[in-house]
Amino acid sequence: MLTINVNGEKHQVDATPDTPLLWVLRDNLNLTGTKFGCGIAQCGACTVHIDGAPVRSCITPVSSLGDQHVKTIESLASDATYHPVQQAWLDRDVAQCGYCQSGQIMTAVALLKDNTAPSDEDIDTAMAGNVCRCGTYVRIREAIKLAATNMKQES
Amino acid sequence: MSDSATDQSRRSFLKASGVATGSFLFGFHLPSHGRAADATLASGPMLANTFIRISPDNTIGILVNHAEFGNGAYTALPMLAAEELDFDWSKVVVEDAPIAPEYFHSQYGEYLTGGSTSTGSSWVPMRTAAAKTRVMLLRAASQHWSVGIDSLSTEDGYVLHDSSKRMISYGELLPVIRSHKIKAPESITLKPSSEFTVLGTDVKRLEGPEKVTGTAIFGIDFRLPGQLFASAARPPIYGGSVKSFNPSEALKVKGVKKVKQISAGVVVLADTYWNARKGRDALQIEWHDGPFTDLSSEKFYAEYRETSKQPGLVAEDKGDAIKALQSASKTIESVYEVPYLAHAAMEPLSCTALVADDRCDVWVGTQYQGNDQTVVANLLGLPKDAVTINRQLIGGSFGRRSSTTGDYVADSVETARGEDVPVQLIWSREEDMHAHFFRPLFVHRIKAGLDDKGMPIAWHQVAVGQSIMQNTIQEAKYMANGLDAYSVDGLVNQDYAIANHRIESHNPEKLGIVPLWWRSVAQTHTTFAYECFLDELADLGGKDPFELRLELCKDAPRMHNLLVLLGEKAELNKPLPEGRFRGMASHQAFGTYIAEVVELSVKDNGDYTIERVCCVVDCGFAVNPMNVEAQIQGGIAYGLTAAAMGEIVLVGGKVQQSNFHDYKPLRIAQMPAIDVHILNSGETATGVGEPPTALIAPALGNALFAATGKRLRTLPFSKHGFNLV
Repeated sequence: MLTINVNGEKHQVDATPDTPLLWVLRDNLNLTGTKFGCGIAQCGACTVHIDGAPVRSCITPVSSLGDQHVKTIESLASDATYHPVQQAWLDRDVAQCGYCQSGQIMTAVALLKDNTAPSDEDIDTAMAGNVCRCGTYVRIREAIKLAATNMKQES
Repeated sequence: MSDSATDQSRRSFLKASGVATGSFLFGFHLPSHGRAADATLASGPMLANTFIRISPDNTIGILVNHAEFGNGAYTALPMLAAEELDFDWSKVVVEDAPIAPEYFHSQYGEYLTGGSTSTGSSWVPMRTAAAKTRVMLLRAASQHWSVGIDSLSTEDGYVLHDSSKRMISYGELLPVIRSHKIKAPESITLKPSSEFTVLGTDVKRLEGPEKVTGTAIFGIDFRLPGQLFASAARPPIYGGSVKSFNPSEALKVKGVKKVKQISAGVVVLADTYWNARKGRDALQIEWHDGPFTDLSSEKFYAEYRETSKQPGLVAEDKGDAIKALQSASKTIESVYEVPYLAHAAMEPLSCTALVADDRCDVWVGTQYQGNDQTVVANLLGLPKDAVTINRQLIGGSFGRRSSTTGDYVADSVETARGEDVPVQLIWSREEDMHAHFFRPLFVHRIKAGLDDKGMPIAWHQVAVGQSIMQNTIQEAKYMANGLDAYSVDGLVNQDYAIANHRIESHNPEKLGIVPLWWRSVAQTHTTFAYECFLDELADLGGKDPFELRLELCKDAPRMHNLLVLLGEKAELNKPLPEGRFRGMASHQAFGTYIAEVVELSVKDNGDYTIERVCCVVDCGFAVNPMNVEAQIQGGIAYGLTAAAMGEIVLVGGKVQQSNFHDYKPLRIAQMPAIDVHILNSGETATGVGEPPTALIAPALGNALFAATGKRLRTLPFSKHGFNLV
């Protein structure tokens, strides 16, 4: 049994130490919002936050976590209120198939935490690891800028 | 309905659909089938007709017979209903229409999603169903209040009687309909587009909230109590088989429950996918390689080039192209080639099945529900109605989940057969890419002739590539006289007036490959060849590519009008800044007219940047313009990926690519700005999912020619040293 801290709660999971965090989330904890896309950190669909940093959970062994805090897409919204990034995604109707969007949003949230007014180049750099085969990139860019503006007004 | 009532209805619709606040608005869910179940009930929900279910709480269920895989069908089809039925948009629930003849595709006559037809094929049936339901409700209210039907109106899920200031919800009228046995009218007049208040407005997708919160359930997310996960080892070469295997090491892996052989290979069942995958990796298997060990892309190209010199099946023959070529003042011949392509949707294939002796339940993201049911019924020796396909949200498909063989569903059912729990078989990215279901490799040989004014008078094109339909269970239905239309779409029935026009087709044997639809199907290669070669003709005849196209389609008003708009929006009459070049392409695909201009700049080292794509589209009537824009941007991105860098290469029967590091997807920095301009011609609404995809390769190729003077006749362009940055 391993103990991990996910979305503010401690969980005992029965998984071998080499199991990628992705599969512990999906199959042990039933948190299926984090997606399997490639298994080799090439697509970003599995992005979660570990102590606030965006990480590819598909290549992160669960035993490497220690007492670090894992945050998944399921924890972003609270009390029926969307995170400003989720709200911007809805306002621009970004999603098409939607499969990659958990990872896109998690990466964007991490970007905006460090950079309140990202340029196009900042966005290109931060989002480079997140693939969308539906090609929603134009709206992803717009939504990140919209979220940045809205977050600045709120703060 | 008065103008003010219309305005009110429109306002409330927009308010509900606008997701204006930070609250969760939609209870989006897909209940399991209950088609016949409630039709005869004395109370509770009522299926008013094929497509619409009304519940006592005024929830409106729309039975959608098309898959949602990013296309927007789960929003567009309810919009069609909302236009005629006037219901509260926040009360709409999408239901998965079951496999029954009344839900078969109105053009294809079977249960499927494809050909960019979800909206177009529903354009009349869904509105008709809604309009008839509305009359049924008006008749019920008329009985209930003993008032004339003409004194009633509808709004937001209520029937209103203005003069007595009474209102009653649709749900409350269900007992009246039942007790008075009220019927819908036999025929109905639909609203003209001038009176639309819903259609033609920007509506955000119904399942959007689930997709930003991680709560949307895709096929791979489906879970049942006790469910096991499975991973398969498949032969390294398609068509191979298991010689022998030793499961002992796999069975030692924690969580592994069982190892067994299925037709496709060996599967390992475990409590989690990771454990199943580790078990699979621990298997010791000897394979028979099968008959396809010498398959190679290079050999196919070489053979097809030779084949393209031979006469093929004639798909179109206007005038006498061969004779006209002899008398032309200038002639030209070129060969265009495109590789195999994988679909590589973000969600790897998966399917969950529960198999009992007398029935089978399947939960799967699929475009081809009807075929999947047939495949499973045949596999298990069950009647079709003992097989239920529960369609899930799909994380992209682009045609892959419209499998002519039902391959991934069949593998899952075989895996679950003999187990007393549901089993979910998940493909790894590598398995997904190695499965040999590809957009077929094609070679096109084209000869054309110009008259002394530089105008094309003869066009003779021979297309060579494997057929999608040949030797499938769909062959008899979709192929006539040996000709597969899915090999030559985009070449025949051209809007360009070229007097002598001959199209021939060769479909070489389907060795070791399952050629499959890939977003925009034949046009992905036919339009590339046709539109680039047309540019070659313009160059040969000393004509501007845009002016030549305008002239050639001057008697085809829809295309001509569209090109005029393209000229305006892309500012083709204005010179570009220094170092910037443009190329264009246009076609009619899936009933939609569309044209694109690419503007780019190229560095000396071959790196190029697309500065802008301008796209104009006439899809008859844009039901949801916000989604039309999204589909066009996405369709261009998908086609651009393939044009710039997409290639599956076969060597010795093996696929050389395996994952996103060597089958590269477009990334955000490479995504161009795309402006979309919609021309509402007032024709029937047609699809936009596929038409934009195929145009980007020729538009880009023509722009690269303008910039460099090099004709790039084989895809992807990265093969020629040009890299999209």
